[in-house]
Amino acid sequence: MRRDHPSKLHAFLRDAFFDRPGGPRSPHAVTVALLLLGYSLACWYGFSRVAGDWGLVWNYRVAFVQGWFLTILISIAALFLSTAIGVAAALARRSAFLPLRYTAAVYVESVRGLPLVVLILFGFYVVANALQWHDRFSAGIVILSLFSGAYIAEIIRAGVESVGRSQWDSARAIGLTTAQTYRLVVFPQVLRQSLPPLAGQFSSIIKDSSLLFIIGITEVTFAAQQVASATYSNLAAYLPLGLLYLALTLPVSLLTKWLERRFRYET
Amino acid sequence: MRIDLHGLTKSFGDHRVLDGVTTTFEFPHTLALIGPSGGGKSTLLRLIAGLDAATAGVIEVDGRPLPNDERSLRDYRRGIGVVFQAYNLFPHLNALENVMLPLVHVHRIPPAEARERALTVLRRFQLEAHAGKQPAMLSGGQRQRVAIARALAPSPSLLLLDEPTSALDPEMTAEVLEVIAELRESDTPIVLVTHEMGFARHTADIVAFVADGGIPFSAPAVEFFGNPGTESVRRFLAKILRY
Repeated sequence: MRRDHPSKLHAFLRDAFFDRPGGPRSPHAVTVALLLLGYSLACWYGFSRVAGDWGLVWNYRVAFVQGWFLTILISIAALFLSTAIGVAAALARRSAFLPLRYTAAVYVESVRGLPLVVLILFGFYVVANALQWHDRFSAGIVILSLFSGAYIAEIIRAGVESVGRSQWDSARAIGLTTAQTYRLVVFPQVLRQSLPPLAGQFSSIIKDSSLLFIIGITEVTFAAQQVASATYSNLAAYLPLGLLYLALTLPVSLLTKWLERRFRYET
Repeated sequence: MRIDLHGLTKSFGDHRVLDGVTTTFEFPHTLALIGPSGGGKSTLLRLIAGLDAATAGVIEVDGRPLPNDERSLRDYRRGIGVVFQAYNLFPHLNALENVMLPLVHVHRIPPAEARERALTVLRRFQLEAHAGKQPAMLSGGQRQRVAIARALAPSPSLLLLDEPTSALDPEMTAEVLEVIAELRESDTPIVLVTHEMGFARHTADIVAFVADGGIPFSAPAVEFFGNPGTESVRRFLAKILRY
């Protein structure tokens, strides 16, 4: 009987904290307000115990901004390069020419099985060094693109494989060549299918570019670390760093959600 | 239209779907292939369509043997039309673009002319109002009619239909069968794989029974259904007509 005639307090708590069928349309306001208050207090208490000289760090704002722009630049360059690598590797994996197919398979599987740090250290200190390639910036972009390209290859491959046999049959029945089938039938469908995961991959590239600090590329993580060691103020250096990454990845995440809605596949 | 099969064999691994079939079909307009599932109807149609290569044997269409190499087969396929059971249309293109695609990219007709031609065919099937719709916005019956329109737009010398109604409900089936029946008035010969016995009886000139990798019986429709000459056909018809 209590379920049928809840007390006022019971009803309030239920509506404020639980999402239930038939409940109020926007029951979240109380929850959101309480959480904001609670977490703010927790942060304030926690941060007050860590030294943070905001004034000192403010002097280094130019280093932050320069590093942030370098992060953006590296991410965009790596996005284009890794997309090209990914498409080439995906097609190579479907190639009838076996040396090409196996090369692509070994590339994709080995890169996906390696931590990015290992790839950066090995790529820069071993491979780039052996090639007399000492430009950190371009080497970093290429290493990051090779890493991301393996994941994009799998996204594209999944997209191509999702185009059913019936589409290939129809294309062949019409008399299209293989190249025409890819261009007119397969790729337009792959593009729609793959745009949301590709946007997600872009977010990964932005985050992964932070690891390039280990080979001394002066992107934003490197800048923050320099500032932290110069000012002995970890909080004031690393909190803005996190916010600067969120400023890039949250819009990309929203873009991904929008693309998913926009290109939701109708069958 | 005349189709000759000489020792036609198609194997998938160890399984022989068609086993040395030799026969001749001569029909003014429509040939219907019927028979149990897995009996080889669709395999035979795909071979006639030049989509798959025979393991052994030869198919002659109007006295011309089908080529073996992919390039010549592609040229052959350009001259015929094929409609499958479902998912014929390209989902990223609307109905009009679907019909135009082979005209523009295979038959090299200038886009403006191709557009006119595609609209004419769509009009013929009362699909004009749906020209701008993506396949996802069309009913199953409309999709199959657009697929038939696309196959017919380049004026093929032969139209092959592989169970074009088996994925449809009865009402849509009727709407598609009506279109196929109307095609009798045009000159395009049709080979049709179907489970619609009533339709085969009324529309086909010749009905062939494909079962167990062979064609044990084929006859003009009236004779085929009126007095099936083979025990296996009688059993098949008795079974499917019981309910």
